[in-house]
Amino acid sequence: MALAVIVPAFFGGKIVMNTPIVNKSGTTSNTPILEMRSITKTFPGVKALSDVTFQVAQGEIHCLCGENGAGKSTLMKVLSGVYPHGEYTGDIVFGGAVQKFATISDSEKVGIAIIYQELALIPEMTIYENIFLGNEIKKNSFMIDWNETIKQANEAIKKVKLSVNPEAKVKELGVGKQQLVEIAKALSKNVKLLILDEPTAALNEDDSKNLLQLMRDLKGHGVTCILISHKLKEVVEIADSVTILRDGQTICTLSAKKGEISEPALIKHMVGREIDNIYPKRAHKRSDEVVLEVKKWNAYDPNLGRDILKDVNFNIKKGEIIGFAGLMGSGRTELAKSIFGNPGGYHLKGQIFIKSKEAHLSHPHEAISAGLAYVTEDRKGDGLILMQDIKQNITLANLWEIADRGIVNGNAEIKIATEYRSSINIKTPTVEQRVSNLSGGNQQKVSVAKWLFTKPNVLILDEPTRGIDVGAKFEIYTLMNKLVEQGMSIIMISSELPEVLGMSDRIYVVNAGRITGELPIEKATQENIMELATS
Amino acid sequence: MSFTQNLQKVLKENIREYGMYIALFVIMAIFAVTTKGTFISSRNIANLLNQTGYIAVLAVGMTLVIVIRHIDLSVGFLAGFLGAVAAIAMKTWGVPAIIIIPVVLALGALAGLIIAYPVAHLGVPSFVTSLAGWLIYRGAILWVTAGTGTIIITDPVFTAIGNGFIPDIPLGILPGVHKVTLLLGLIGIGLFIYSEFSSRKQKEAYNFEVLPQNIFFLKLAFVSALIAAVTWVLAGYNGLSWTVVIVLIVVAIYHFVTTQTVLGRHIYAVGGNPEAAKLSGINVNRIIFIVFGSMGMLSALSGILFAARLKSATTTAGTLFELDAIAAAYVGGVSAAGGVGKVTGSIIGALVMLSLTSGMNLMSIDISAQYMVRGVVLAAAVIFDVMTRTSGK
Repeated sequence: MALAVIVPAFFGGKIVMNTPIVNKSGTTSNTPILEMRSITKTFPGVKALSDVTFQVAQGEIHCLCGENGAGKSTLMKVLSGVYPHGEYTGDIVFGGAVQKFATISDSEKVGIAIIYQELALIPEMTIYENIFLGNEIKKNSFMIDWNETIKQANEAIKKVKLSVNPEAKVKELGVGKQQLVEIAKALSKNVKLLILDEPTAALNEDDSKNLLQLMRDLKGHGVTCILISHKLKEVVEIADSVTILRDGQTICTLSAKKGEISEPALIKHMVGREIDNIYPKRAHKRSDEVVLEVKKWNAYDPNLGRDILKDVNFNIKKGEIIGFAGLMGSGRTELAKSIFGNPGGYHLKGQIFIKSKEAHLSHPHEAISAGLAYVTEDRKGDGLILMQDIKQNITLANLWEIADRGIVNGNAEIKIATEYRSSINIKTPTVEQRVSNLSGGNQQKVSVAKWLFTKPNVLILDEPTRGIDVGAKFEIYTLMNKLVEQGMSIIMISSELPEVLGMSDRIYVVNAGRITGELPIEKATQENIMELATS
Repeated sequence: MSFTQNLQKVLKENIREYGMYIALFVIMAIFAVTTKGTFISSRNIANLLNQTGYIAVLAVGMTLVIVIRHIDLSVGFLAGFLGAVAAIAMKTWGVPAIIIIPVVLALGALAGLIIAYPVAHLGVPSFVTSLAGWLIYRGAILWVTAGTGTIIITDPVFTAIGNGFIPDIPLGILPGVHKVTLLLGLIGIGLFIYSEFSSRKQKEAYNFEVLPQNIFFLKLAFVSALIAAVTWVLAGYNGLSWTVVIVLIVVAIYHFVTTQTVLGRHIYAVGGNPEAAKLSGINVNRIIFIVFGSMGMLSALSGILFAARLKSATTTAGTLFELDAIAAAYVGGVSAAGGVGKVTGSIIGALVMLSLTSGMNLMSIDISAQYMVRGVVLAAAVIFDVMTRTSGK
């Protein structure tokens, strides 16, 4: 039974209201291409947007920042017609006219294109088919002109500086290139306003840089961009203006020209207070008790037909956080999965020692019994069961704990879930809320709670803060510190170097399936990690 | 909050769950009027329930198969084939019913496991595997009945399963009414009220939210009245049939397993997200084997019920059973995307579909129109389900 839903204010901080600042000079003109006035959007029981004002000048790169649940995605869905006119109050003025979009195609017609974090490409189709999907070039009223399609696709991918054969299938491309195909697709529709929803969340450093450069080029060609991003560093780097939302309200708009954009300023406005150090301090304790050791670990993936891990050796001690740094696709996730009962069916060679005893873990349930836990990188894909509620997700990996002769004690389950809700601050009115209704940060907390409930000795966190906001990140870091102080050991896989440096006691760098370096925290720097990761 | 507000809120929040019950009620009411009461006569209701039996047990198994994102098309002819095997064993070899029934059930489970093997270990889609099974069992029925054609079953124990009623005790009161059935109905009401109270008390002890008190009593009264009404109607004919008893036992077991046990949870987890289930330590292949094994066993039960009802095994037994079972499951709210669906819902779905057939037969509506009406009802039920799901919590 659902309760009335009330979203609690994140930190309860007071709301700083500034007048929106609009650029008056420079390359960008001051005529707004887009004005959203007094937008209010309510869901049953929740006011997702409350009197939001949002103004984007012609030809600028405008970043939209805010914690998860602040209303960024909702605002963009209102703009793109996902929530049609009539389901919200307020006005959208685009290109000088009030717009009443009933569908996404209405907004596309006037030149608004949105690219979501989850890419909307069809993997089995070729690049050119994808680019012109839904917008086919026709010879006559019913036949597609494939030659013209390929020719125009070639031009489109040149614009985004993608050097691949347009006849390749999309599934053969990496995430970064797929993103570029999406942008090429948007450009082929003569887009005037391009909205990118966390485009770099899944990209490595190089691909991110390329993407940001591409945005600058597009700006040079008069395309206005709205960028939603949690990576404040890139926001500072690229934004002409930043609008910050918190709890469904516009907090302020900052301008680069006036020098108002900096990481501390953004964080301050996003959370409503200043976070002195996003990585909470912890004493680096020294223990010599090795809880997990992996020796001469090799893996061959029969699906890919190649070796994915080569002679990997590492160990982790009690109460230690070790960081696995490296680029995307370097084999870190595969390493974690191969240890965690090998669900991918790799052919393995090597030894695992748990508390100095050799272990053979041939299924995740054996890994769980051996005291391992693995919080996956992809919450929605293989972490959570989205259609089930919070309590069912939390207890799933350890149902026997609350079962008597195979019969689940439903009340004990609610009790346990409620305890985790308060101890790690999952923001929800009830643990019977479906997980699909939670924000990314809260979903991540449910994922973590699920694995804490298995009472592990070694917790593997794969990209624990991907796509979640600063406040939730800080909570996860604080929780990690608490756990290691209680004697748990944590393996953290992360593509964000500051996070690896901020949280680890020791760092292993993974590169192309090998461990190319082990660095004690005192000796690790962004530079030497990147060197080991890319050499 | 006032009573009506409470009621509105509860109905609104549970519209998906109650929707089917309301639909069944409406369909029955319509037929009661159009057939001038014949539809809700004791005799017709008893017949209706007995006819629903062999589809209902299939629908129960199919619910789980669809929940784990698979399908089993082979169940109809598997039921027919195993019914024929039972008939031959009794008639030709003189095996008593009491022995052949468990043997056939075991054979059914084995058949299910065979379908599951390529699905679980080789990743062959269950649609294809079970389609192959459909062809094989179709051939198998024709093969075993080739020499004899229809095989008449005379074993009294076996035929009682499809046609018999539970015995009554002569008490000398209420002539023409089945006393044991009434007594069982009363016990049923008592158990229901007791379990509702004890679960409410437990929830209150944990400080969890419970239904508002007036709504709670309304629910108790309504369900009790429903059980009483059905019992009374059945008691007015011959009482509870063995078929209904068997279906009730099957539903009770499956309802318990799916809602209260670790196994049930694991089944729904595999349906909801197989990858996440695997990483959570669940043996996905084992779940596939269990679900298909249970489906096979229920197919055997369905075959037994059908053969017992006809007192014979025919060459066409089982035709289209699989589609009736799948339709019942979908009408009952099972989601094709996996992970969602209740056993009790599928039973209601089966009742809805069979009520339509029975009602339209009584109204002498042509078979061509009957199929179309059933098609429309199936589509409407799924559309309603999808629409309420997207707006649900």
